[in-house]
This record gives sequence, structure tokens and C-alpha cells, in this order.
Amino acid sequence: MPDMISITNLSKTYSSGFQALSSVNLDIRRGEVFALLGPNGAGKSTLINIICGLVDSSSGSVMVDGQDVIRKYRYTRSIIGLVPQELNTDTFETVKNTVCFSRGLFGKPSNYEYIEKILRDLSLWDKRDCLITSLSGGMKRRLLIAKALSHEPAVLFLDEPTAGVDVKLRHDMWRMVRNLRESGVTIVLTTHYIKEVEEMADRVGVINDGKLLIVEQTQVLIRKLGKKKLIFQLHYPTINIPEILSPFELCISESGMELTYSYNTPKECADIRKLLNALNDVGLTFSNLYTEQSSLEDIFLELIENGKA
Amino acid sequence: MYYTFNTHAVWAIYKSEMARAFRNIMQNIISPVISTCLYFVVFGAASGLRLLKVDDVNYSTFIVPGLVMLTLVTQSITSASFGIYFPKFTGTIYEILSAPISPLEIVIGYVGAAASKSIMLCLIILFTSSFIVEITVSHPLIMILYLILISVTFAMLGFIIGICAQNFEQLQIIPLLVVTPLVFLGGSFYSIDTLPPFWRTMSLLNPVLYLTSGFRWSIMEISDVNPVSSVVVGFTLFSVCLTCIYLIFRTGFCLRR
Repeated sequence: MPDMISITNLSKTYSSGFQALSSVNLDIRRGEVFALLGPNGAGKSTLINIICGLVDSSSGSVMVDGQDVIRKYRYTRSIIGLVPQELNTDTFETVKNTVCFSRGLFGKPSNYEYIEKILRDLSLWDKRDCLITSLSGGMKRRLLIAKALSHEPAVLFLDEPTAGVDVKLRHDMWRMVRNLRESGVTIVLTTHYIKEVEEMADRVGVINDGKLLIVEQTQVLIRKLGKKKLIFQLHYPTINIPEILSPFELCISESGMELTYSYNTPKECADIRKLLNALNDVGLTFSNLYTEQSSLEDIFLELIENGKA
Repeated sequence: MYYTFNTHAVWAIYKSEMARAFRNIMQNIISPVISTCLYFVVFGAASGLRLLKVDDVNYSTFIVPGLVMLTLVTQSITSASFGIYFPKFTGTIYEILSAPISPLEIVIGYVGAAASKSIMLCLIILFTSSFIVEITVSHPLIMILYLILISVTFAMLGFIIGICAQNFEQLQIIPLLVVTPLVFLGGSFYSIDTLPPFWRTMSLLNPVLYLTSGFRWSIMEISDVNPVSSVVVGFTLFSVCLTCIYLIFRTGFCLRR
């Protein structure tokens, strides 16, 4: 079975001359939750919009379920659901009618039982006959998800789905995403909440200035690029680090009460025993020690700032 | 799932657009009917014009096809332009553009609904006018076919305007500043035979004259021009609008970035 989405050498330059994407290559596997991270203007939405048919690419190709999104647009679009970033809704329509409209638009016959199930799952059933204009922001966000799910898509794009929603709704959405993944739906999400990625994504891609910097499994990325720190809280303050400890590149805190050893590679990890012995030899005693690990957010910021891949 | 024609999508758009018309029944149906009836009262019944005859037809009867044509043209344009512009304005156009639906199907949905609404309005106006003036439709089938041709053509024009418009004001420019004057000057309220030779010749350059005359012929068998030329002009306008729409979707003009 081919990957659910396969992107090859995709580039996009807008008529203004702005290059939003530059030779992007990306494969998204079936049934995974893939998170696309990047600062504003990095090219996340452009990438999604090209896959969904809202923006024309300048060059390159996109395959969804093994089919070209331009030549076989009827098939590819029929299995894609899109939840856009903006709360775009037909204000004067009712909740149920707009979801039924979306289902029809994507070529599916009416199925009121299924529509009822979606609306119940998203806690919108009680509002089914209300005008969209009367819904709160959170409800409108859920309505957009209901519309995207109305035609039972195999791939769901969530473009910043939790932007501006409260904590409870955000957790509800995370639960919904997990349920969808369990049912076999491939999910591609963009978000600014790194916590969201850590919670949900199987793999993460970092994009900046239209270039895909890295694609990796979330936990592997944290392990590979994350830094670990071993921090010693000393009994007595120290001003200088003895010469014998220089190979360990220790950092001293402003108060002189903490020494920090950064390690990541297996060799650096193995050096901890030597460090402890060296500390003992120079008579630096400590009352406590603990470890810290850099978060995905730290890694993301480092990638963006250094353009490191 | 492979299909060659997305019937469900066309039906969804059509149903949604018709529902919008009935949701605002006062604005979309009752108001145009009342406005047209007021024209009957002012031009046909209340003034001294009712004593006039044009080609042996009472003036109040003579203006019926012109008034129906005025409603048909303006409503077809307004309905279709608003229908496609509103999703652009609210941002919901993303759903149409990302759906497995071809440009032809989008046009059929929106233009079909706009044409249906304006034809329905015209039939209501014709029915209403029968209470005010004496009127008999000579060629009902030709009249219906003519209504369909003209309403679809102008609904396509409205669709083009809706796609190109960047704000609500631009939606109104062509209908108000171009189409309505053409309808008024296209023999809706008079026969061009009554005009001086120069203005008569100028009137022959107005395409709406042919449409109004053809429509009038289908009802009362009188016409300022040859009814065949009316059909030719109708189909020419239809082809021009269809070509413009094809080019818009082919190039993504005003739609895709």
C-alpha cells in the first residue's frame, strides 16, 4: 500500500513573487497523526491548501492514496476533509443543514443517522436547528469539524484546530482526534501548541521559510535533538570550576550554588560516572542532583533559529 | 469512488440556493412581484397611457413582456451574483473549491438555482398581471424555452460578476448601470417603430431589444425584430457567457491563488 500522502518536489511561488514552498518532499503514512510545525508564514497552510485543491502549485506533484490530486481530483478530494484555520461558516444556515450540505457537496447521498452521530459526538446535536450565527466560537470550530467529517473522509486536515479555544474544548478535540485515528483516519494537523503535538502526533515535520527542515517520529525527535541536563546543587558556593573538570564543560549558576552538565550522546552519558569521581576528587560536594530534558518546544525553537536539520 | 458527474453536489448547491430564496421570501419573491405590479399600475392602468394601442394591442398589455423581461434579467443576475459572491465574502468558498466537483457542476448548481428562481418569479408576475390586464400566451412552450434561455444566460452573467466582484458595490455596478438601462431602452415600454430613425438604428445595437421582442412575440405575436434574430442573439449571449465562465475556471481567475 502506498503512503496516504506523497509530496514530491513541491514548490509554490505566488504572483507577488513570494516563495511559500521550496522543493518540499514529504510522505505521510496511513493512519498516522502527522503534525506540521512552523512559525506564521512558514508555508503550512499553503501546503495544506495545495493538497486540498485551494491553491495551485508552481511545480512538483502531490499524490493522495496513490492518485494525483490534479488529474484524479474527484477521487482525492472525496477522501479529504478540511478544517480551515478561519471560522468560515454560512451564518444564516442551520447547523444540521450546513452539515448535510457539506456531505452532498462531497458526493455522498443523504445519511441522517450518520449526521446525527457526528453532531452528537461533537456535542452539537442540541443545536442542530439553531442558526450558525447564534453559536459560540468553540461551537463554530466543532461545526467546521462536523462539516469536514460529514463525508467520512480517510484523510483529515486540521489547520490550527485549537486556535482560540478554551482548555476543555482543546482536550475534547484531542480525544476526538485519538478516536479518529483509532478508526483509521489519517490526520494532518498544524498547530502552534507544541503540547498538542507531544500529546497527539506520531510524527512531526518542522517547516520554515517554505522548506521542510526535519521529519521525524515525535519521541525520536525529542530523543535525538533534545538535550539532557544533570544539575548538581552544591553544599557551598564556588566561583571557579577546577581545571580537572574542564573536559565536562560544566556551567556554573550566577549564585555559584549549581553546576550543570549537558549530555546527549552515549559517550557523554557514560562520562557521568567520571564526572562524579572528579567532583569527589576536587572536594565539591552536593546536597542534591536532578535531571532536565529539553521539550519539543525547545527543539522547535532551536530548529527555527538555527535552521538546523 | 469514481463518478463522472457529481449529482449530489449539484443538488446540494441547488437546494441550498433555493432554500436561501425562500428563507428571505419577502426580499426575493414578494418584493419583486410587488415592484413589477406597481409598474403595471403606473404605466398601464393609472395614467392616460392605457388608452394607447401598440400594434393593435392595449398599451397596458404591451408592456407585460417588457416588465417580465426586466424582472427576469435583473433577478437572474442578482440571484446568481449574490449566490457565488456570498461564499467568497464569508470565506465558505473553500468548501466548494476543495470539493470533488467540476466547474460545470458548480455552474449548473448556482446558475440553475438562479434561473429557477427568476423563472418562478416571472410566472408569478405573468399570473398576477392576468388579473390586471387581458393577456393570452400565444406560444406557451416557446415562451418557457425563451424564459429558460434568457434566465440561464443572465444568471451566467451574474455568476461571472459574483466571481469577479471584490465588494458588494461591484455586485451592483453592471446590473444597475448597464443592464437595467439596456432593458429600459430595449423596447420594454415602447415599440422602436415610434422612435426617430437614428434612435431606432441605435436601438438595434441593443441586444436586450432582441430578447424582449422575441419574448413579446411568444406571448402576443408582435415583435420589433425578426423572432429568429432574437433566438440567434439569445444563443450568442449564452455562448459568450459560457466561454467566459469556462476561462475563469480554467485559469482559476479570481478563485484560486
